[in-house]
Amino acid sequence: MKKKITQFLGFFFLRLCLYLVLAVLLLFLYDIGRKGGGSISWEFLTAAPRRGMTQGGIFPAIVGTFLVTIITAVLAVPMGMAAAIYLNEYAKQTRLTRIIRLAIRNLSGVPSIVYGLFGVILFVNILRFGTSVLSAGLTLGLLTLPWTITASEEALKTVPNSFREGALALGATKWQSIRTNVLPYAVPGMLTGTVLGLARAAGETAPIMFTGAAFYLPYLPKSPSDQFMALPYHLYILATQHHAILQVRPLAYGTALILIAFVLGMNLTSVIIRARLRRKRRN
Amino acid sequence: MDLVSKIDVQELNFFYGSKQALKDISIICPEKRVTAIIGPSGCGKSTFIRTLNRMNDVVAGTRVEGKILIDDQDILAPGVNVVQLRRSVGMVFQKPNPFPKSIFDNVAYGLRINGLRDRQRIPEIVERSLRQAALWEEVKDRLRDNAFSLSGGQQQRLCIARALAVKPEIILFDEPCSAIDPIATAKIEELIFALKEQYSVVIVTHNMQQAARVSDFTAFLMMGELVEFDRTDKIFTNPSNKLTEEYVTGRFG
Repeated sequence: MKKKITQFLGFFFLRLCLYLVLAVLLLFLYDIGRKGGGSISWEFLTAAPRRGMTQGGIFPAIVGTFLVTIITAVLAVPMGMAAAIYLNEYAKQTRLTRIIRLAIRNLSGVPSIVYGLFGVILFVNILRFGTSVLSAGLTLGLLTLPWTITASEEALKTVPNSFREGALALGATKWQSIRTNVLPYAVPGMLTGTVLGLARAAGETAPIMFTGAAFYLPYLPKSPSDQFMALPYHLYILATQHHAILQVRPLAYGTALILIAFVLGMNLTSVIIRARLRRKRRN
Repeated sequence: MDLVSKIDVQELNFFYGSKQALKDISIICPEKRVTAIIGPSGCGKSTFIRTLNRMNDVVAGTRVEGKILIDDQDILAPGVNVVQLRRSVGMVFQKPNPFPKSIFDNVAYGLRINGLRDRQRIPEIVERSLRQAALWEEVKDRLRDNAFSLSGGQQQRLCIARALAVKPEIILFDEPCSAIDPIATAKIEELIFALKEQYSVVIVTHNMQQAARVSDFTAFLMMGELVEFDRTDKIFTNPSNKLTEEYVTGRFG
């Protein structure tokens, strides 16, 4: 009897925690939806801001965030996966690799503003990419890399060793065994983690503030060396920096809603890709 | 028929870090015969068989000394092509480890990674290998099904077929029946018995009856040392060493 009560209380407490977290999240989404839903219109999605950003839309910011995310992905996805493959499959487990792993874990906890300042020094100044889509994308790429590497390594660890040994025992080279008998089963997991990392990067403000995001631009970036508007930075400006803050508040909520939708869309894509790959593998 | 040495192990020592797992082992495995390695858990049986195709290379912190001559070539010598070696020394593992692919692709795997692309040859070899592994009749209508849909015993025979497909000369079995029911075990034992027509076989087993049934020669290992190596009938009926006698009569182990 006493055991039963303990169990009931235990489960009750766990459930309570879950519901609390969900409630906060739903409240948050509801609030943004209620206050921002009214600003969403075709014009809001397809027009540039007008009249000192008190009217018009956020099209340049949507395009900017999209372009920057692509550059982030081009840097972080292949490099992250390659680094994970090296660390998990090739590198010997020595003190050096342990230090490297520790450093990667630490990097994923470094505040994003630090990445922003590093990006200014490396990409804007030393490499002379200027404040641009390229600099901002690469900065976000660096920010994403630790996440991509860690997620990819975890995905590789889930592939049983017997797949590797089975292939080697048939006369496969190490790379053949990895390419044909490890990667196909790790890629869905690698992609999931990677896209989550990218989604997080797409919502970052601090790293792009100094490296390429513009306060206001009446045109879209034409090349990777142009400045750009971005959703998170635009939101930051509307929410805190604008001279008519109360007037633009609905626009700020609208922008927040679009940003959340963008991130959610990316996460959904990763879920769909993973489900597809799983199904393909089963057949 | 005279016996020809296929694998000649000379004074083999093996270390995991500073721990010595095999001490001064010398065994000759004859061609087209079955050699069984028996001994209590942790005696080094699996470590031993995994040196024969250099599978221990992938384990970090290991060291090996001595010589293993296969057809008079020392496979432990520097510069040996390990990939080539593993093509001629096939291995079947303790737990069936089919790949999550179709039955057909499992058997064809070794052919494809070895560069065979011929659209006619591959199905021929797959069928021949599955027949040799006594699995063809059970799977011929479902070659496209996932290998995981097979039973444990069938999976193990699939792994045998997969190893046969690349035409090895030696096949190593590392406790192949330890995860399989008795009826499936009987089938695999029959198969091993038949395989020695064409292949030299080394089998590690903790099951003494199995060693007695399938093997021609038996090596008894304990604590990393070779206690006795002789014809199987002699090991089981009239061993020279007291320890061997106690082990095969079930007094310990």
